[in-house]
Amino acid sequence: MWSFSHIANEMHEGLSATFNPTMTLIIEMVIAGVAVIGLFAGLGLVLVIMERKVSAWMQIRLGPNRVGPKGMLQSLADTLKLIVKEGLTPNGADKFLFNLAPFIAMIVAMLLMAPIAFARDFQLWDLNIGVLYVSAVSSIMVISILMAGWASNNKYSLMGAMRSGAQIVSYELSAGLSILAIVVLTGSLSLSDIIHSQADGWWIFKGHIPVLIAFVTFIIAVTAETNRAPFDLAEAESELTAGFHTEYSGMKFALFFLAEYVNVFIVCAIGATLFLGGWMPFHIGNWQGFNHVMDYIPSSLWFFGKTFFLIFVIMWFRWTFPRLRIDQLLNLEWKYLLPISMFNLLLVTLMAIMGWHF
Amino acid sequence: MFIIKYIKDVFGAVKSLATGMKRTMYYFTHHKEIITEQYPDNRATLDLPERFKGEVVMPHNENNEHRCTGCQACELACPNGTIKVIFKNELNAEGKKKKAIDKLVYHLELCTMCNLCIIACPSDAIKMAQTFEHSVFDRSQLTKILNNPGSKIMDGVE
Repeated sequence: MWSFSHIANEMHEGLSATFNPTMTLIIEMVIAGVAVIGLFAGLGLVLVIMERKVSAWMQIRLGPNRVGPKGMLQSLADTLKLIVKEGLTPNGADKFLFNLAPFIAMIVAMLLMAPIAFARDFQLWDLNIGVLYVSAVSSIMVISILMAGWASNNKYSLMGAMRSGAQIVSYELSAGLSILAIVVLTGSLSLSDIIHSQADGWWIFKGHIPVLIAFVTFIIAVTAETNRAPFDLAEAESELTAGFHTEYSGMKFALFFLAEYVNVFIVCAIGATLFLGGWMPFHIGNWQGFNHVMDYIPSSLWFFGKTFFLIFVIMWFRWTFPRLRIDQLLNLEWKYLLPISMFNLLLVTLMAIMGWHF
Repeated sequence: MFIIKYIKDVFGAVKSLATGMKRTMYYFTHHKEIITEQYPDNRATLDLPERFKGEVVMPHNENNEHRCTGCQACELACPNGTIKVIFKNELNAEGKKKKAIDKLVYHLELCTMCNLCIIACPSDAIKMAQTFEHSVFDRSQLTKILNNPGSKIMDGVE
């Protein structure tokens, strides 16, 4: 049967037969890196056109419909434009930090790809503290934004970066607490263990209302963490021109742009893994026939389907809600989301101890 | 009590956000609601809203008669001097001299489509047309004379 894990195993055996173990490892790492970069490029193209079409339809517009069939090649044309544009560095900027910042944003996004399980037994790195790794590495993102804002030598950039700092640092708390709810129920920090614990039903169904609350908190918090509307204070077109990437142009801007979309994909993939069962097909308790039919759908389709559903939800937020003010944003986190998710974590713990979940 | 207000706030917020999301989801799934006009492509079937205002025109009937009495209300109402009324003297049926318009000059390049002249007109002589392709090669072509050559005032309009 053709599956990602099958292809990966074939490749590993083929390489092991010709090279020694060290060489095999190096070649496999290169292949994985190229695959991740390819996935990034693909995701960038797909998500940009998806965002533009979704936004257009939600605002009763048509959206891009000239380049290619139904406008589907629009993002390719945009990429070409960004590649040929000059990457300007302003005179007063801190040149080293200014040029480093977009790469940090990309590297963080790449690091976050490592523990994600894309299909059954197909994972770059199944480390035993996957959830901790994800929440730790994703907070490095703020460094690149602060770096870009500071090095640009521009008031708008600095203001955007500072806002983004306040926002990401505070929303990390409720994102972490809602992730903890699942960790408490599963009893493991490893992402593959969490997926296997959902074989008889996804946590969002098994965990009753507390997990539903945790899921909603998680979605809100990650929307804020990826700096997307209604929490896009770091960019805030109407107030700060473009926020932290005001001074960036050409490919350096494109890297920030790409990093935003890849981050959206990653947080949605984490959300799908924790709450919707990752690549695990939709199973209902003991309905053998039904479960068997669901198993026929490839696991990678399940994973990407769930992830793109969550991406759509986040886009739906973006094109429905107006932007919050900075004080409203921090109020929402510290006065509402954080107390609710703390109380919710208590409930989940009680549920896990008493075994009230299915 | 504080805690009740807090919980009410949370539920109220969730409800109002859900209302907004329901609306955008309706638009997302109902593509017939799309209001974008693909203008140069659908020139023949262009669907303009009723309130769209393109330029001031003076309608004439089949006998080349208009309803303008030359009262100058439009000229006075115009905030930026777009309309200028030029008079001539005409003999009526009894041989008396009567004032009538010679030309009603309309400067399209000055007009802001504010609609004040149409509101001011007591005899409904002028109205807003929906034509909007006004680009010409020379500015002087934008100065228009609204009444047709040789036109007269309609009978019964005072």
